[in-house]
Amino acid sequence: MKRNTTVYLYELAWILPSIAIPVGMLSALLVTAFGAGIHVPSVAGRVNPATLTETPPFDQLGVVQTGPLRYEVRMIGQIWSFTPNEVRVPVGSTVTFVATSRDVIHGLFIPGANVNVMLIPGQISRVTARFNREGEFFIACHEYCGIAHHTMGGKVIVEPRS
Amino acid sequence: MSLEMASDPEKRLTGAHLWVANVALLGGIVTGLLQGLEHAGFEFPASQYFLQSYYHSVSMHGVLNVLVWTTFFICGFLPFISARAYGMPLASPRLGWLTFWVMLAGLVLAAVPLAGNAATVMFTFYAPLKAHWAFYIGLTLVVVGTWLITLRLALSQRAWRAQHPAARTPLAAFMSLVTMAMWTLASIGLAASMLFLLIPWSLGLVAGTDPLLARTLFWLTGHPIVYFWLLPAYISWYTLVPRQAGGRLFSDPMARASFLLFLLLSAPLGLHHQVTDPGIHSGWKLFQAFLTFAVFFPSLLTFFNVVASLETGGRARGGKGWFAWFGRLPWGDPSLAAQLLAMLTFCAGGIGGLINASYNMNLVVHNTTYVVGHFHTTVGTAVTLTYMGISYWLVPHLAGRALWSRSMALVQSWMWFIGMLVFSTVLHELGLRGMPRRTMISQAAYFQPEWKALLPWVGVGGTLLFISGVLYLLNLLLTVTVSRAPAAAVPAFAEAIAPPEEGPTLLNRLRPWVVAAAVLLVIAYGPTLVRLVATSQLNAPGFRVW
Repeated sequence: MKRNTTVYLYELAWILPSIAIPVGMLSALLVTAFGAGIHVPSVAGRVNPATLTETPPFDQLGVVQTGPLRYEVRMIGQIWSFTPNEVRVPVGSTVTFVATSRDVIHGLFIPGANVNVMLIPGQISRVTARFNREGEFFIACHEYCGIAHHTMGGKVIVEPRS
Repeated sequence: MSLEMASDPEKRLTGAHLWVANVALLGGIVTGLLQGLEHAGFEFPASQYFLQSYYHSVSMHGVLNVLVWTTFFICGFLPFISARAYGMPLASPRLGWLTFWVMLAGLVLAAVPLAGNAATVMFTFYAPLKAHWAFYIGLTLVVVGTWLITLRLALSQRAWRAQHPAARTPLAAFMSLVTMAMWTLASIGLAASMLFLLIPWSLGLVAGTDPLLARTLFWLTGHPIVYFWLLPAYISWYTLVPRQAGGRLFSDPMARASFLLFLLLSAPLGLHHQVTDPGIHSGWKLFQAFLTFAVFFPSLLTFFNVVASLETGGRARGGKGWFAWFGRLPWGDPSLAAQLLAMLTFCAGGIGGLINASYNMNLVVHNTTYVVGHFHTTVGTAVTLTYMGISYWLVPHLAGRALWSRSMALVQSWMWFIGMLVFSTVLHELGLRGMPRRTMISQAAYFQPEWKALLPWVGVGGTLLFISGVLYLLNLLLTVTVSRAPAAAVPAFAEAIAPPEEGPTLLNRLRPWVVAAAVLLVIAYGPTLVRLVATSQLNAPGFRVW
């Protein structure tokens, strides 16, 4: 059986870059993940949604300072609000959000701050972001959670350092 | 036996599937229009007799378009094209009709609560939002129906093989079988979620469920389902479009190789929809991001092979230069024009998909309208506009009447393309500006002034798409009712420059690839699923909050 040489060469000329392109993109991805340290949410434990208010850290919701310019925000999403729904931190703060949901799946989304995590009943979400710019960031629930989903929001106010 | 006669017994069955698909599409475009206008600032016309809320509309839109329109089109088209490719009727027409009735019964069962606002849970039905049990059981029956299609295609393959022991399976039939095998393997996740979690829970047999486990099982099927929609479009692009363009298929072995790689790589990727989920280790998310980049490889093979095939057509018609031949393709044929425009749109859609799947880059776009813009270029155009292009020869053939208006079909195709260009570009941009998806934006508590100037364009794009969709449905309706001229011939299968015999026989086999795909699926999902099941507490009660 005689190989169709021209077709074969064209195939090869396309296959090699088709491997090189995804590999190149993957390398870029690895650089941002491990070089620049931009990570995605991972495993941070479980919590029973029925006994949420008695379970630390969700028994005391709000902003807690954990170090110089380091804060932890303990937050619950529920239909259709965040508690707390306003967070104030000084500019340059590193803020860790520890959050979950009391009822259905919600989303915790702060555009411009790389905070994008699902709040799933039974699971603890844990993400860390740095707020380097003064001003207001809006928080949106970005997972459909019922009839008033669009009213579920909040804000992060980044204040000048006093 | 001629090809015509081989597919004749399928005609009524295929026609029945297409009726259901197109009726669903009608519901899909009406809801889509209203949602687009809502974003543009018009009040959503909620009514207790029709759409009770914006979210009721979005749930209908998603289910009708991506679950019903696609699935019923595919289950009508693949058996039809397989029968033609084999040159013999498929096995057991009774099984074919049984399948149709099972799927239709499931659809009706799911549609009643959906239409009645008892299943306003979106097509993703994330627990603990709890729909009426009939919704879950109905959708499960539809999935069972698709398995019966797989069975019927496999039986037909065996019958054909018995008569042609040494030959390569005809390309279109082979691809159809690969598509259904891939889907059947991948749908195990959805089936498990339905049978073990959602159905018992919705019936009240268990008090609580595990939202993350249900969601993970959903996405195990939820990503490969996009290949279930896409591969039938590829079948048209590979086996029919080259001939419609006046050319030949460039390489048959390369076409088979790309489909077998889709079989292998479509399923173990679903975690890239859950990059922002807690409770799943980021290492497995990264691993599945790698596999997502791997599945880009067969897509690039397809790009090359299809474009090279089109080029043979363009040049045969006197086209010259590096790119100018593209203009020489027979753009006056609406079936081809629709599919060429679908391909152009898919170039953007494919690249956008890679961005979404890029692990930490997903943090910027996840659950924003960027994703909505993305999947309207893929399933909403690459797939849908291709199915429309196929319908422009298939429906006239089934009805035995010529397409009512070729020029209306051409206008329709371009209108869909331009409407989608506007619609998806704007949604991509709004997503980058932080606009969440599936949200009644004009009423949002956190409405941003910088969204305002772009939002009317969502309505403009949506309106163009709606008009285009109506023109498409109207053209088909007039074809089957008032058109009097006889139907044009069905496009013949493209001849290949490099025929199948030039590839290794491994490219003609299915079983080793299915086994490899199953093994890869177990590796990619096994540890995560075992851990989720082992730590599951089934303690989330259901909510009906819409």
